Amino acid sequence: MFDTLSDKLQSVFSGLRGRGKLTDADIDQAMRAIRLSLLEADVSLPVVKQLTGAIGERARGAEVMTSLTPDQQVVKIVNEELAKLMGGASVNMPVAPRPPTVILMAGLQGSGKTTCSAKLARYYQQQGRAPMLVACDVHRPAAAEQLSVLGGQLGIPVHREDGVADAVGIAERGIAAAKAAVRDLVIVDTAGRTVIDEAMMAELVGVRDAVHPTAVVLVLDSMTGQTAVEVAQAFEDAVQFDGVILTKLDGDARGGAALSVRAVTGRPIYFVGTGEKIDALEPFHPDRMASRILGMGDVLSLIERAQQTVDVDQAKDLEKKILGGGMTLEDFLDQLRQIRKMGPIGQLLGMVPGFKTAMKGRDLQVDDRQLDRLEAIISSMTPSERRRPDTINGSRRQRIARGSGTSVQEVNQLLAQFKQMRKMMKRFGKGGMPPMPPALGT
Amino acid sequence: MSDAGDDRALWAELFDIAVPPAEAERETRRRGLFSRFKESLTKPRQAISPQLAGVFAPGLITRETWDELEEALIGADCGMDASLALVDALRDAAQQGRIVNRSEIAAGLANAVTLQMTPEPPRIPIGAKPTVILVVGVNGSGKTTTVGKLAHRLSELGQQVVIGAADTFRAAAIDQLAIWADRSGAQLVRQGPGADPGAVAFDAVVSGSARGADVVLIDTAGRLQTQHNLMEELRKVHAVVGKAAADAPHETLLVLDATTGQNGLSQARLFGEAVPLTGVIVTKLDGSAKGGIAVAINRELGLPVKLIGVGEKLEDLQPFDAAAYAQAIFASGDAG
Repeated sequence: MFDTLSDKLQSVFSGLRGRGKLTDADIDQAMRAIRLSLLEADVSLPVVKQLTGAIGERARGAEVMTSLTPDQQVVKIVNEELAKLMGGASVNMPVAPRPPTVILMAGLQGSGKTTCSAKLARYYQQQGRAPMLVACDVHRPAAAEQLSVLGGQLGIPVHREDGVADAVGIAERGIAAAKAAVRDLVIVDTAGRTVIDEAMMAELVGVRDAVHPTAVVLVLDSMTGQTAVEVAQAFEDAVQFDGVILTKLDGDARGGAALSVRAVTGRPIYFVGTGEKIDALEPFHPDRMASRILGMGDVLSLIERAQQTVDVDQAKDLEKKILGGGMTLEDFLDQLRQIRKMGPIGQLLGMVPGFKTAMKGRDLQVDDRQLDRLEAIISSMTPSERRRPDTINGSRRQRIARGSGTSVQEVNQLLAQFKQMRKMMKRFGKGGMPPMPPALGT
Repeated sequence: MSDAGDDRALWAELFDIAVPPAEAERETRRRGLFSRFKESLTKPRQAISPQLAGVFAPGLITRETWDELEEALIGADCGMDASLALVDALRDAAQQGRIVNRSEIAAGLANAVTLQMTPEPPRIPIGAKPTVILVVGVNGSGKTTTVGKLAHRLSELGQQVVIGAADTFRAAAIDQLAIWADRSGAQLVRQGPGADPGAVAFDAVVSGSARGADVVLIDTAGRLQTQHNLMEELRKVHAVVGKAAADAPHETLLVLDATTGQNGLSQARLFGEAVPLTGVIVTKLDGSAKGGIAVAINRELGLPVKLIGVGEKLEDLQPFDAAAYAQAIFASGDAG
């Protein structure tokens, strides 16, 4: 969809290489490319101006003007300036010295407060805390019910008062109930509001003053456009929020709004919401956001997910087997399942730098259901067939196809590909590596 | 301040429904209403935003004027391409002498936006019985609320409405819709949470036909346009609705949050690839959010905006008026 900034800069600087020196006009052109890229990512205009000013100044310095790879130099500067603006390290949400910690959720309608409240509660429940949810959205029909359902799924108590229109009262009683039940974390969900609705903003201030929150959290949709700054400023003026949770980051929004809010208010981003499921909440990493805004992938998050899901010893054993040419369909199935544990395959590939650009215009839709079929085929084999695929003859193929709800062609395809893969791996193993002991099963 | 009679006439026109007798001087009322509607759009802001006050102040047009205008359009989320195209159109007009003074720019721009968006007032004709309207969009864009408000409007006009609660994913979405159905007197077709949305949609259309309903509104679960499987599910819902009644759905409307930035283009594009969209509903256009992305979407994909939501109240959902909208882009977001 978007060209990455690197692509754009490459085209700006291509043809200039070897000419030795860049002119001011070249740099101006690069700055325009940067400006466009940032605006496409929804970074707000004043912040874009501030950034291009700083970047331009550095780009005119000797390091770029005389560089053989000016595009890379400029990308590096852009990255650094973005990271500087995003703030260096991750920031944790504050904890009250004396429990309970009270978190007040605020934000526009549809930004994802209710879902986020539940995700946050789950996150801290996992860390051994005892959260409680308070439903103060008295405006949207069935908002309290939504929170109750989510709380029920997680086994987290929810304080709600049906038919009560006084959000401040509900909040006060919610805190009291949490103290009585010895909960050490209270998350107060509030109604979504537009920033120009004074009555609603006043209600939010009322709730804040009633519950004395440890932190006021602004829930911000990552798809927000130029209005993000106004929104953040309005909430800042009204309730002085402490930090941000950025939602719906699993889509293809570049999330420039996060940068704008950070630059204008200086408030950190605590968490990002990355999916529909209740566990899809991750701590925020400023450096990675910079790459995302520039459309450059997120290889660190990918590695982290792999580390969380892959068993290291098992992986080492497998590596040995694979390189010896001894990989079986059982191993292959294990591998497949481990990768799938990391998340939807399309999302994983999106984290690979350059993948989106490389696939641009091509309809490469990696469908998780294709992998489902692979799993089904292998699962329909007997253990001995999985260890010795060569024994799978015609009638076995028919049985496997029937058992997995696929066709014989699909089974054939899988077996052929597997055979070829094993051959290739064996060649790898024999190549750069010391000779391996003869593997079993070949 | 809301006059029910006026509103009815406006909505009746949108839905192409014959209005009951007392509406003889409909045309004059409509004119009156449009101007009032413009007022309601600009009321919270009144003043032109401070940034633009300079652009529109009487005086000679300079190079900076165009730059400022471009920035204002970008600031309204119109995006780079649409903003540049609009500025170019105005600059041409200035070179041809049609715009001489800065004070004429506002009118010229409103004109250009109106011409591009919809010279004609939008229509959602309620002709087929039942007319099926499928409502789609990303999470939190305001689909359920919009369906509720539409049901209310249609009921007011004497239409019998059936709502299909095909958002079976979000917790309590069905309850939320049930409350709206209750308020508007519409009938709700629902299954339990986690039910197959295609089945719910099918049931809604079949039951709507059986009951002789005029309109079937189908609310769907919010989904990000990049979630392939969920988009496939939507494709299926659309196909299933087509099996339940010929030519259905008659309208497939994308609900777009006005605060959305350039991602809105991706939304319109990918939703449009999954199901053929017939129009856009821009919600939460409250003054701070200008919804300029609708201009960009219209420019790129030719999708008309049919309805806009300017606030939370029932009467805040209104048929789209391009001229009023164009003016709203330049209004200040400051309250009071």
